[in-house]
Amino acid sequence: MIDWSGYLSLILEGALVTLQLTIMGSALALVMAFLAGLGRLSRFFIVRALATTYIEFFRGTSIFVQLFWVYFVLPFAGLTLTPLQAGVLALGLNVGAYGAEVVRGAVKAIGREQGEACIALNLSRYQRLRHVILPQALPLMLPTFCNNAIELLKGTAVVSLISLTDLTFQAQVVRAQTGNTLVPFTTILILYFVMAWAISTAMRWLERRMTRSLDGVRT
Amino acid sequence: MEWDWDFVWQIMPTLLEGFKITILATILGAAVAAVIGLALAIARRSPIAAVSRTVGFVAEFIRGTPLLVQLYFIFYVLPDIGIRLSPLVAGVIGIGVHYATYTAEVYRAGIENVPRGQWEAAKAANLTTRQAWIHVILPQAVPPMIPALANYFIAMFKETPLLSAITVLELMNQAKSIANSNYRYIEPMTLVGVFFLAVSLVSVVGLRWLEERYARMDD
Repeated sequence: MIDWSGYLSLILEGALVTLQLTIMGSALALVMAFLAGLGRLSRFFIVRALATTYIEFFRGTSIFVQLFWVYFVLPFAGLTLTPLQAGVLALGLNVGAYGAEVVRGAVKAIGREQGEACIALNLSRYQRLRHVILPQALPLMLPTFCNNAIELLKGTAVVSLISLTDLTFQAQVVRAQTGNTLVPFTTILILYFVMAWAISTAMRWLERRMTRSLDGVRT
Repeated sequence: MEWDWDFVWQIMPTLLEGFKITILATILGAAVAAVIGLALAIARRSPIAAVSRTVGFVAEFIRGTPLLVQLYFIFYVLPDIGIRLSPLVAGVIGIGVHYATYTAEVYRAGIENVPRGQWEAAKAANLTTRQAWIHVILPQAVPPMIPALANYFIAMFKETPLLSAITVLELMNQAKSIANSNYRYIEPMTLVGVFFLAVSLVSVVGLRWLEERYARMDD
């Protein structure tokens, strides 16, 4: 009989790495989503072109290819990253590109009359975005952001292939050491599912909170 | 390290060899996803609560866990219970079933978009449930879904590099083995990215055409 307790702590260590990656990756993705999403709506052609190129490039190739590119090719350009940094960078940039389209869609979904009312009130462009457009656009973005965060969580499995010791990597270690395949893989599948479930529960809570403050503003 | 065109032409035949497998895996995976997705969507509408609940949970579970881990599961765990699959078959099943849970949602939305009156008319015309599905519901439900389905097939194409983790010799795997035996990462990894980007950009044009040809789902 195999003593599973040691292996379980190994897997839990992996879960911590996965969690870390998901949180840091999501933070980067959120920043990139707003930068690129608002960039695509910019007045300046060059900003729009840059944002569009970024979005199309990262949506057009898979996370796996991007990760390998960041990890293996960037060192030749003089930028050597640890596996964790490479993972966060690739995941954040990839999911950020998908998020950017969500931001753009939500901002565009806010009626023109809102923008016109802001001009009538003599609000600056920044004030218009900060106080009028974004508070209404955010709740529209949340459900898709939730899906994106879950996609990011699922994407973290790929970093095991650049030798980062996440859940998937640790399951492979356990498999190599015990020869048992069913237990480690079933365990991590359940752990991933629980994390995905936690993300969607947290997002739903956030969505309720955000829309509550908008009661009476939107119909 | 500098970009070397001679090396590019030298490795091109091997990469194209891998690219063929990538395309093959995508097409077979798409076929699996199209068929199983429909089965899942119909099973979810089953009047027997046990069936629809179970199918719903399984689909949710598959969608909430990483494809890479599912591929490992199929490739390493199933042989223990006597099901031995070649890497490509395991990969096609894995990717097909994973995306089936996504296409099932597309089918579900399409089926729900068929007005209730159609079901009632089918019943009034004394059609069996089977006949109603085949002759009345599906012919109306499927065309509006085509753009959304195509979207998932493009996404699936971008996920095929994951098959390299279970030793399928597709584009990414060929590139990796070239890189490892020559100690040159820039050219093979960049070319893989270019290949994927090229196909994605072309398929986006194809997708626009499909969207024009078949009405969008929310119209």
